[in-house]
Amino acid sequence: MSTRKTDKYEGRYASRTKVMRSSAMRDLMSLTARPEVISLAGGLPATDSFPQDVFERINQEISDTQRALSLQYGPTEGFDFLKEDIALVMDAEGTTVDPAHVMITTGGQQAIDLVTKTFIDPGDIVVAEGPAYAGALTTFSTYQADVRHIPMDAGGLVVDELEALLDRLETDGRRPKFLYTVPNFSNPGGTTLTLERRRRLTQVAAERELLVVEDNPYGLLRYEGEPLPTLLSLDTAGNVVYLGSFSKIISPGIRSGWIVAPQAIYQKIVFGKQATDLCSSPFNQLFVHGLIASGVWREYITRLCDIYRSRRDAMLKALKSEFPSEATWTRPEGGFFVWATIPGIHTGDLLAKAIDENVAFVRGDAFYQDGSGTDSMRLSFSFVNEERIKEGVRRLGAVISDQMELYRALGL
Amino acid sequence: MGRQGGAAVSGKNVCVLYGGRSLERDVSLSTGHRVIRALEARGYAVTPIDVDETLVQRLLDIKPAGVFIAMHGKGGEDGTVQELLEILRIPYTGSDVLSSIRAMDKVLAKHILEAAGIPTPAFYAFNDAAFREMGAKDTLDLIAAELGLPVVVKPAAQGSALGINFAAEARDLPRAMVSALSFDRKVLLERFVAGRELAVSVIDDGAPRVLPIVEAKPRSGHAFYDTESRYTAGETDFTVPAELAPEVTEQVEQVALGTFEALGCRGFARVDIILDEAGVPWVLELNTIPGLTETSTMPLAAEAAGLSFEDLVAVIMESAFR
Repeated sequence: MSTRKTDKYEGRYASRTKVMRSSAMRDLMSLTARPEVISLAGGLPATDSFPQDVFERINQEISDTQRALSLQYGPTEGFDFLKEDIALVMDAEGTTVDPAHVMITTGGQQAIDLVTKTFIDPGDIVVAEGPAYAGALTTFSTYQADVRHIPMDAGGLVVDELEALLDRLETDGRRPKFLYTVPNFSNPGGTTLTLERRRRLTQVAAERELLVVEDNPYGLLRYEGEPLPTLLSLDTAGNVVYLGSFSKIISPGIRSGWIVAPQAIYQKIVFGKQATDLCSSPFNQLFVHGLIASGVWREYITRLCDIYRSRRDAMLKALKSEFPSEATWTRPEGGFFVWATIPGIHTGDLLAKAIDENVAFVRGDAFYQDGSGTDSMRLSFSFVNEERIKEGVRRLGAVISDQMELYRALGL
Repeated sequence: MGRQGGAAVSGKNVCVLYGGRSLERDVSLSTGHRVIRALEARGYAVTPIDVDETLVQRLLDIKPAGVFIAMHGKGGEDGTVQELLEILRIPYTGSDVLSSIRAMDKVLAKHILEAAGIPTPAFYAFNDAAFREMGAKDTLDLIAAELGLPVVVKPAAQGSALGINFAAEARDLPRAMVSALSFDRKVLLERFVAGRELAVSVIDDGAPRVLPIVEAKPRSGHAFYDTESRYTAGETDFTVPAELAPEVTEQVEQVALGTFEALGCRGFARVDIILDEAGVPWVLELNTIPGLTETSTMPLAAEAAGLSFEDLVAVIMESAFR
């Protein structure tokens, strides 16, 4: 007789592994990747629209003139020329930054990881909008943070609720290490923080010395309405750490993002990054530089905005005709996502049925640390063409109607 | 224990069917990869096939001597692929069409077990039409009273514990029903039996025999042996052979073999049993294609019987040719 542990290293793992869980998408990932499935699940950019001639030219330039540099180690905080490029990119959103405060990261996800690593001890409180980017929640839980959510509405996170939470925490003698928010076309909500709330939020941050982590991967993908100032540009008290990413505006495969942080924080994050990967890929940085220095990126973003606007329109139109009247959904002015809610219907259950009909979405509770969001779903329109979006939403609508009938039959 | 899968079969051309599009696709990919490696190590010429709409054409082109079905759940375990292989006259591993249908449908299986005098927890079953068209919701209180609480609600045809819910009170039943009905049109409401969770593997290398019994002890934090604890290393401890008095072992083995035979199974299977405090082995279900992943119980049972994973896979493969 022997008691067998299925994992012989059991007992040796760090305590953080106990809370490390891959996302709720995991179980069904290989299914939703099958070609017959219309996946409205993954937030994949439309990389097939990247122009071939540009790709070739940039690679040729790197090969001709910067071969050794591209293959060598680089500075931990990234190449200076790319920092200058990033200042230019941020200027396109109306934000002026000193390139010296910019640090290149290996994708936006690393930026989240480095900031969390810099600030969070086990048990520390992170305030996050709810629903919040699932990848950030995964990082927070890896560092054993205690995540508290702030509800959102059509105008983004509700600042009054933030203040109420801060008051409650203060009563218990606690304060959060930082607030995490995606103010533009949030993932998964698709909503944008109003100008009034942006002002109010930076004011609250100043009054209460709250550090705000502003994650803005989608800001330049605005295809409707006027751009709003970043929190960073509204902040005068040094309370904002800004995270940027090239994943959605150039390519996620190029794994390039950045952090803009006040000097003191910047130093700490550099040390953290040294330990993580010494430097982000010089080759990839040169690729990004090639695209920005040539000015081609502006055209490319315009083109992406056209693609995504048309896909969003297709999704909103389909939702209106195919979803039951009880359902509500957000109307994004940019980005990749619509957040739909069908009151009382558990979307985790619904997903099994949806996959039977060859359509997939992400269940809402994947975007909360506290189990909320069970009657919502994230629908992504970024990677699927208009025709497939229409068909996918049609199938989903039929599945939802059927499920609602079942709820009624069971007296729910 | 002989090595039927040894040099004698060297070079035999076989296909491993895995993946497919059931909700257990991931588990099947894992089982399939291991089976492919094991068969190759035993000298079979293996063509792996991730099952899709080209399956039949590919089988017609390849003309394998036999097929190892490493699929789980709908399509692979419910008689569908077995029927195709019958038409194509290709020998395949595991249970035939009828036995697959019987075992995959937990409701049908339980009726057969009851008729054979094998203990299985009291149950009721409905398809969703009973709720949609006949007002079955008004029976839920009666069912709760009859079965006692908590009630376990399961999709009739789903493996890996997907869609299983517990209703602690009668008013939780509708919610649990919706969840289970999301996975299958038919659901089973079953009396909850508390006890030790035993997995009894049966292989048929000439005559069906039982491998050492495995007891699964989920770590704290898991309500029962759920999907996550099944497929995450370190979430469950296994004791093999389970610590049971000899007469209890004997009885559990007889029940497992009886289940295998009552359902008419072939080749291999795993019988999931709850042993209650009074020592009654209640059969929950039989899996005609049990998982063969790194964390599955059948390979553990085989190892305890002195059969390596390769031995086990070779025995199962060769059973297709009898």
